[in-house]
Amino acid sequence: MQKISTEIAIVGAGSAGLCAAYQAASAGADVLVIDENALPGGQLFKQIHKFFGSREHQAGVRGFEIGRQLLDRVETSGSKVLMDSLVYGLLPDKSIGVISQDKNYSLKAKKIIIATGAKENYMAFPGSTLPGVMGAGAAQTMINVNRVLPGKRVLMVGSGNVGLIVSYQLMQAGAEVVALVEGAPTIGGYGVHAGKIRRAGVPIFVGHTVQKVWGDGEVEHVQIVALDDKWQEVPGTERVFDIDTLCLAVGLNPMTELVWMAGCKFAYIPSFGGHVPLHNEDMETTVEGIYVAGDVTGVEEASSAMEEGNMAGVAAAHALGYLTDAQAAERKAEIRQRLGTLRSGMFGAKRKAAKEQQLDAMQDCQKAAV
Amino acid sequence: MKDGVVYTGIPSAEEIKACPGIPSEERMRQGRVAVVECVQEIPCNPCEAACKFGAIVVGEQITDLPILYSDKCTGCGLCVPGCPGLAITIIDKSRDDGKAVVEFPFEYVPLPDKGDIVTGVSRAGEAICDAEVLSVKKGKAYGGTTVVGLLVPMEHIDEVRSMKRLPRKDGE
Repeated sequence: MQKISTEIAIVGAGSAGLCAAYQAASAGADVLVIDENALPGGQLFKQIHKFFGSREHQAGVRGFEIGRQLLDRVETSGSKVLMDSLVYGLLPDKSIGVISQDKNYSLKAKKIIIATGAKENYMAFPGSTLPGVMGAGAAQTMINVNRVLPGKRVLMVGSGNVGLIVSYQLMQAGAEVVALVEGAPTIGGYGVHAGKIRRAGVPIFVGHTVQKVWGDGEVEHVQIVALDDKWQEVPGTERVFDIDTLCLAVGLNPMTELVWMAGCKFAYIPSFGGHVPLHNEDMETTVEGIYVAGDVTGVEEASSAMEEGNMAGVAAAHALGYLTDAQAAERKAEIRQRLGTLRSGMFGAKRKAAKEQQLDAMQDCQKAAV
Repeated sequence: MKDGVVYTGIPSAEEIKACPGIPSEERMRQGRVAVVECVQEIPCNPCEAACKFGAIVVGEQITDLPILYSDKCTGCGLCVPGCPGLAITIIDKSRDDGKAVVEFPFEYVPLPDKGDIVTGVSRAGEAICDAEVLSVKKGKAYGGTTVVGLLVPMEHIDEVRSMKRLPRKDGE
């Protein structure tokens, strides 16, 4: 086992990780970003649609272009990025276990930022293990990155922004989306995203769920059914569609294994996707020197992940003396302001409340520890 | 079936009425004008920056709905590809031949050609009428979003907001 070291180790080269790397490296710190994928950028390179937000958030720019810009900045900043490398452990002595090119390394860093993102949820129903049932994110990777259609006739489950956007992108790729099904009584994502797929002729069934899927060794048919206000199936409302693909866009769950391993304290916040690590405004967890940023702290969206990455990078660099108190305070204030904008309005309100709950829980934890 | 954008993805008549981005009937009959059908408060404001005439205003609070100052709007159409939600069209009801024009963002292939007859569809994707393609605008400033212009009978201009996708050739 080879021992290596850096000043700031960042696990995950997605939106949050790349922003953290840029902030810390451009402040002068020695930064190493590690990612298990072949290419950096996390979810950004699959996002072929134009982003929302304000000018500072690159509104109107397509996700993959934002990804390219982030990557360019990181490369210029002097941060090192190690791809195809798996971080398998974060031990009590804060050493990081890494497997890269078949070699095992023990990495020591003064500060660690975990930016591992979130994974797709699964939904079980009769037939849900048949070939043809997949996560919407998986379908998105196939069509936007690998340029391969998962199928030609798709039923989408879930009306959050992932379900709405991937339905649109499946049609852009040449598939038909026969319907979108949502269990709740209202559409979860932006009305404008829903409007695009309605104009393309996709019916949206709110208050409906998948009852079963069947076929000869693969997905061939799906039966959906309406739900009453107690989420119980309403007999007689069944509908069958002939499909070859069923995509699940039923939420994401933060990938927090490393954070658990390190002994950090958590809170269970359903609207953030499940168990999330406690952190303060500087993105530092209950374990000194370990920071978290992006969807691993709670599922939001790309722009918020970038800003949390910015915050963690600035905080870690400041803690190592690479930024003066004044410089750090100014940057943190700007980031906080931009995060506030992103978490406003009818869609931001839930996320704002969840983040406040998480920050309050952190404060309570720290008070108790004193 | 409940009415409203959170139930159907399509703004209800009330939501359209309350929308500050939609110009008056009178203004639409004067000539080309932007129709900003943005009815939900989401943090988003590129439409404001896209307009060189100051005709679209969102303001400091970027979740506010965009307001259209239709007297300033020249119908240049730069806001159409600028909206990430594809919520803006250009409408022209000033012709005297019983027809009207709608220009909308279209991000599918294949694209139609000028002069083609396509099917105009409603916000719900329903086929409304045949429409002649007047223009197919692209360009660097459009960021990959093509703007298609259709000529439709005047009686359908309030309904038609897009066109039926064209069939793809094998291997596309």
